[in-house]
Amino acid sequence: MTTSLEQGINTLKAAIDAPTASYFSSCVHCGICAYACIFYTETGEAKYTPMNRLEPMKRLWEQEYTVLGRLKKLIGLSKAITQADMEAAVELNFESCTTCGRCSMICPVGNDIVYMIKKMRGALTAAGLAPPELKGAAVRAIEKGSVMGFPMETLAAQVRAAEKETGIKINIDEPNVDYMLLLSSAEVVQFDEIIGSLAKIFKQAGVTWTFSSKAHEAANPGMHMGAKDIEAQQIEQMVAAAEELKVKNVISPECGHAYMAIRWDGPNVIGRPYPFKVFHIIEVLDQLREQGKLKTNACCTEEPITFHDPCQAARRGGVNQPQRNLLNMMSSNFVEMKQHSACNWCCGGGGGVGSLEKTEELRKRIFHRKKRQIDELGVNTVVTMCATCRNTLEEGLENNSMDVNVIGLTEAVANHLLKENES
Amino acid sequence: MTKKTHRLSDELQKHGISRRSFLKFCTAMASAMALPPMAANVMAETLEKVQRQSVIWLSFQECTGCTESLTRSHKPSIESLIFDFISLDYHHTLQAASGDAAELAREQAMHAHKGKYILIVDGSIPTKDDGVYSTIAGMTNLDMLKEVAKDAAAIVSIGTCAAYGGLPKAAPNPTGAQSVSEIIKDKPIINIPGCPPIPVVMTGVLAHVLTLGIPELDSHGRPVAFYGDSIHDRCYRRPFYDQGLFAKSFDDDGARKGWCLYEVGCKGPVTHNACATLKWNNGTSFPIQSGHGCIGCSEPDFWDAGGFYKALSTSNAEPGHWAGVALGAGAVVGAAAALANRHSHKQAESDKTEITLDDMKESDA
Amino acid sequence: MNEVELLNWARGPGLVGASFIMVFGIILRLFEIFSLGKAKEYAEVRSSGAMGGIKTIIQRSIPEPRYWRYIGAAYLFHVGLFVVIFFFMPHILMFESVLGFSWPALPNFIIDIFSVLTIGGMIYTLMSRFTNPSRRIMTVFSDYLVWAVTFLPVITGYMTFHRFVGDYTCMLAIHILSVELLMIVLPFSKLSHSFSFAISRWYTGSAFGKRGTL
Repeated sequence: MTTSLEQGINTLKAAIDAPTASYFSSCVHCGICAYACIFYTETGEAKYTPMNRLEPMKRLWEQEYTVLGRLKKLIGLSKAITQADMEAAVELNFESCTTCGRCSMICPVGNDIVYMIKKMRGALTAAGLAPPELKGAAVRAIEKGSVMGFPMETLAAQVRAAEKETGIKINIDEPNVDYMLLLSSAEVVQFDEIIGSLAKIFKQAGVTWTFSSKAHEAANPGMHMGAKDIEAQQIEQMVAAAEELKVKNVISPECGHAYMAIRWDGPNVIGRPYPFKVFHIIEVLDQLREQGKLKTNACCTEEPITFHDPCQAARRGGVNQPQRNLLNMMSSNFVEMKQHSACNWCCGGGGGVGSLEKTEELRKRIFHRKKRQIDELGVNTVVTMCATCRNTLEEGLENNSMDVNVIGLTEAVANHLLKENES
Repeated sequence: MTKKTHRLSDELQKHGISRRSFLKFCTAMASAMALPPMAANVMAETLEKVQRQSVIWLSFQECTGCTESLTRSHKPSIESLIFDFISLDYHHTLQAASGDAAELAREQAMHAHKGKYILIVDGSIPTKDDGVYSTIAGMTNLDMLKEVAKDAAAIVSIGTCAAYGGLPKAAPNPTGAQSVSEIIKDKPIINIPGCPPIPVVMTGVLAHVLTLGIPELDSHGRPVAFYGDSIHDRCYRRPFYDQGLFAKSFDDDGARKGWCLYEVGCKGPVTHNACATLKWNNGTSFPIQSGHGCIGCSEPDFWDAGGFYKALSTSNAEPGHWAGVALGAGAVVGAAAALANRHSHKQAESDKTEITLDDMKESDA
Repeated sequence: MNEVELLNWARGPGLVGASFIMVFGIILRLFEIFSLGKAKEYAEVRSSGAMGGIKTIIQRSIPEPRYWRYIGAAYLFHVGLFVVIFFFMPHILMFESVLGFSWPALPNFIIDIFSVLTIGGMIYTLMSRFTNPSRRIMTVFSDYLVWAVTFLPVITGYMTFHRFVGDYTCMLAIHILSVELLMIVLPFSKLSHSFSFAISRWYTGSAFGKRGTL
């Protein structure tokens, strides 16, 4: 057993860098981050104040990396971090934070709180305290290539079914194509229509692409746990697959965290740049639209639709405009939620929270923010571009008996194009 | 110089001073000192009845400016009469006698009016090396002060040197100059600071002492009547301060327009004196009116307050000169702290073990 | 020691000492922060991040209107402090004597208004430490000390200016001494945010800028 309190503290100590030190130096304990956090706004429980989650980290920073803190420690004025401190931090860092990063947008001194939450999670994982659901997902992701444990054979079967349905050949392990596509588990089995849809869109646009049997899913539980070693293993699998097939571009599926993991975290956890580019599927579709390769010749729908921005893709990943371009192409009645793009409210399912059994009741409570946002607009359709968001939204809407349809943006684009072409 | 004691009222009449003009003087004194109207009558009545008060004036480390101020700043006026009606039994500058005769006069007065005479001191007292830095007739100032103060009824310290040590006490104070109140602890002492003090303030306070006794004093032993307000509070240029209109130099437009002199070093805000109200030279003007900032001469240690032309809010030292040293010291200690931080960081980096898939497979204990 | 000596000490050795400790402390703290380093960015960035950094440094100085209720008073007193510290003529003279250059002052009545706003804002902010749940849970004892150390120069300055109590010389000395206390405490308390705020905003803003959010 290599995980221990000591390992957790070492990991945390190693993770404290200059930005972290500047963040703790700047925090004035104003507590305003709480007002950006659904866990606080929807429950009113002060413990959910984002900066409050990082108390052990702050203490360690002070003890280890400031002259005054070292002195205080020396004369016994500050307490060392205990197992109990770490255990208490699990609830605040894993079970009640979706790492949505909204607090980071609000902080008056500019602290990126989620940047630190991820480090805190890494320390808790090294202390052996990561939630079992995430550990299990990490094992499945690395051993089977799928967080939900769907092996390549499952995807191959879905591909054959899609080929049959569409009559289009879908490549697996085809080298030298334009794109290598990764999916999320949900897209392999639950929202599998996406495979056929993309086959049609790409064929129409004249783009070549393939799946890889060595890496077919992008969701990365290692990232949720802040466990860079684990995260890197999975990224290396993807990099190896892309290099083997000599592709120039890798497409991240409709999954916010997957995009964050392979687009932004990936090169940093493996410690070298990629020999290829990474795009979110929506970025690719928008590029095709811009190039005029999304052929459509009829007018758009008038049914009001709105869009839910996935935190990791939009706020933290920087994909804010492509989805809007595509929506405006399809609809003349696209309405924004009151707070959207970089300031969107989280659905409450991200950061691994959605996969934790313990959080079910809490998730129901915090969904009320999203419910109010949708109620305000009075729309019947919410589009999003993240499978986890989609699941969370569907579950939340059902719990609240709201008759609102949730749809993935890729699927929506496909439906739109195909409708036009059929008519 | 001892004279037969006379009543002041008799002397006044002899000098052709009418009761009306005497009352006017008393009223003016009373109002200058902000006493209630009734006090003027009390003063007049008491002054008429008092006998000539014996006064011994000792001059120590001083420049005679205070005496100059007292004697020469006015035409002979009713104020100077007061001096005719005190018995100035010893005063270097004013007395005719010299040498042994002068010292004899002092000793006689001390003997004749034991416990009743008033001691006036101008100048500070050197105390270093047993006070050898200033002697009169072979006697150090320190000894003479102690000797004369012993049987005095009260002491009046005239001028900033006597009151607070003044210029002789300015750093590095080579003679160990001290004020009267630092040496004499068992007598009532009235301080009339200023370099020099305003003449009417000196006469007014003496009149008060003769008639109503020792006036109300502030924490620095100054009569509140004259030293209760700051120059700044009574300054006719105060409205410019409040509006933020300042002369930036002595010859700029602001200076010509008579704007506030704060920026060119005026110490009015921390100086307590009556210059702005009583003024000088028979109420003609005072420094600020003539275009120069107050130098704060009636405050203790005004000489060491960091320069007459340095604004009050600036430092009287040079914090900027130390900035380089502070930067250097910060950098040296900072570099040490940085090395320690890097060491801890590297240590933690090498101490932590890689997290493997096996760790993920452990069942939760 | 009388009040004149106190004032002279405050304006002289006191100020030199306090400035020394402040400059020393800030440099030390900067070394402490930057010595920890930052991992190299290997991901292909959308921009250099410089614009994002600068934008964040500026934008976060303006409160989000929808949080005005919770943070307005705090922003207000920061603006008040800024105006009073940097635009009151005697203060400018102080800076000029150290820095060698100056800038125009604001009339005293405007400074007066900002002083009142600062005092009000600070008192409200202190009260909110008790009443606002998220602020209360974040509060540690030193927050009150830091508040007091900041409030002292403001209130003593205001009292000195208006000659509310006691002797002006004495109040001025106390005011300057309270500023010196603030200067000494600044680098070694959360008041370090007065310089580290720009660093934090820069790190966050440039990271967001690189990813294309800003």
